[in-house]
Amino acid sequence: MGYCIPRRPVLTYAIRRILWLVPTLLAMALVTFLVMHATPGSPLDPVAEGANPLSPEAQRNLAERYGLDKPLHEQFLIFVGKAVRGDFGTSFVYRSRTVREILAETFPVSLLLGTMALALAIAGGLMLGILAAVYQNRAWDYVSVSLATFGVAVPNFVLAVFAIIMFSFVVPLFPTGGWDSPRTWVLPTVTLALGPLGIIARFTRASMLEVIRADYTLTARAKGLSEGPVIFKHALKNAFIPVVTLLGPMFAAVGTGSFFVEAIFRVPGMGRFFVLSMTGRDYPMIMAVVLAYGAFLAVMNLVVDLLYGALDPRIRY
Amino acid sequence: MAPTGEAPLRGTSLWQDALRRLRRNRLAMAGAVVVVLLCLVAIFADVLAPYPYTKTNFGRLNEAPSRDYPLGTDQLGRDLLSRMIYGARISMLVGLGAQVVIVLIGVPIGALSGYLGGRVDLFLTRLIDVMYAFPRLLFVILVMSALGAGLTNIFIAIGLTGWVGIARQTRAQVLGLKAQEFVEGARALGAGSGRLLGRHILPNALTPIVVLVTFGIPEAIFTEAALSFIGVGINPPTPSWGQMVGEGQQYLRSYWHLCVFPSIAIAVTMLSFTFLGDGVRDALDPKLK
Repeated sequence: MGYCIPRRPVLTYAIRRILWLVPTLLAMALVTFLVMHATPGSPLDPVAEGANPLSPEAQRNLAERYGLDKPLHEQFLIFVGKAVRGDFGTSFVYRSRTVREILAETFPVSLLLGTMALALAIAGGLMLGILAAVYQNRAWDYVSVSLATFGVAVPNFVLAVFAIIMFSFVVPLFPTGGWDSPRTWVLPTVTLALGPLGIIARFTRASMLEVIRADYTLTARAKGLSEGPVIFKHALKNAFIPVVTLLGPMFAAVGTGSFFVEAIFRVPGMGRFFVLSMTGRDYPMIMAVVLAYGAFLAVMNLVVDLLYGALDPRIRY
Repeated sequence: MAPTGEAPLRGTSLWQDALRRLRRNRLAMAGAVVVVLLCLVAIFADVLAPYPYTKTNFGRLNEAPSRDYPLGTDQLGRDLLSRMIYGARISMLVGLGAQVVIVLIGVPIGALSGYLGGRVDLFLTRLIDVMYAFPRLLFVILVMSALGAGLTNIFIAIGLTGWVGIARQTRAQVLGLKAQEFVEGARALGAGSGRLLGRHILPNALTPIVVLVTFGIPEAIFTEAALSFIGVGINPPTPSWGQMVGEGQQYLRSYWHLCVFPSIAIAVTMLSFTFLGDGVRDALDPKLK
């Protein structure tokens, strides 16, 4: 990272990275498109439940209407051309609605859930990580590390089951699902946050342990600072830097994790729609969701990289 | 472990040393014990299971644990314990089998990319970058929904997406090693590319690959469970823990046992592999000596 690449202004770097998004997204679209089409089965005879067998004539008509009779490369070009304008076509499963409408309705829900989960993961993870490092090999350390390991290792749909049993059945504090009041937000958010929280806690702990032993922390102590300012002003600022790199993968974890959490807690978000569109071979929905996630993650990774450079003056682009 | 008919490799002592450190790690050993037990359960499922996993008893549906059915019965009156025992077989098969596929794809690609350099490297690293940008689970679900459910397809889906990490790591290792003196020396003595890679470079690149594989096992188990949970994984009636949780969670309030026991099985398995993986990583990391 710090090797001898000549220094370039951040702006040039950002523009270059943003331009790189284009081929990356095209490649993603191509891969998705090929995977979806290179297999037997078509949306006209879906494996979804309740599908009606149609006469060959009706099938031909439908294929024509949705452009499925054209050669593959043409279909792909048409798709890309429209996608650039934000038009992803009509959903095959929910015929009366366009993909854009569905996404516009479900994305904000997923975004709210994801943002809350990420905020909780960062705040909680940092706190646990700092506690563990400051009280290394004492009770707090073991509590933090166990919680972190549990969050990292156990899949979130299993965590969801445990959460519902504990906080909806045994101690009826929260409802088992839905998305109509802040009370229903709690369990999905916590469940979705635990995994990333564990990862952040583990990283913060390791990074804090290193920083706490560094010379400048010793200096801060030597000049008579009390423990509070040493930890929060001197150590945390530096320990935070490696944690920032985690944020990219974190967005991905929260994004894909939300499929399961949304499905179990009946949250009307993008993830639940994605799972439904999978089984119905809803090509326009699948491609739109994959590209939306891909674009979102690529942009977030870029933001994280830029942020990383802003936080650590040693990094040159 | 010891190579036959040749002088002991330099790596032997490293592996013995690592094993010794792994043995001292109590959490890792506890994980290892559970893993060995799970493997035994998977292998001897036919002997251990009290009932065949497809045997239905329509007189006793959704029953809570009892003497006849230690963990209760499911929606079709099948013994939950037997289904969980066979579920262990699927989890272990996917966890370990997928790693073989991943290593067989990832190591050659990474090694070629790093060793050959030039255009091949440029093309392969671009491919790796694009694959990396894809959210992993999203891609697996995509491939599965295209291929259809089934054990073979799970191997294909995990193999297609999982090789990227190993390939990246292998490439980085090979790049670093191929410039070193002992490789130069071997080349000067007339070793061909195949021998250089196979005998000199790859054995020295093994440590990080082993660590990645150890962490890959629980990830593959998780992937199978997640796929089966949303219904694009293992085909029924073959039991899988993820599928049992997925079906059971709809009846959580009325029949808690359907969902809770497989959930616990997944949690314990994942934790054990994670402890073992952490132990292996620490044991192989020379900085922690």
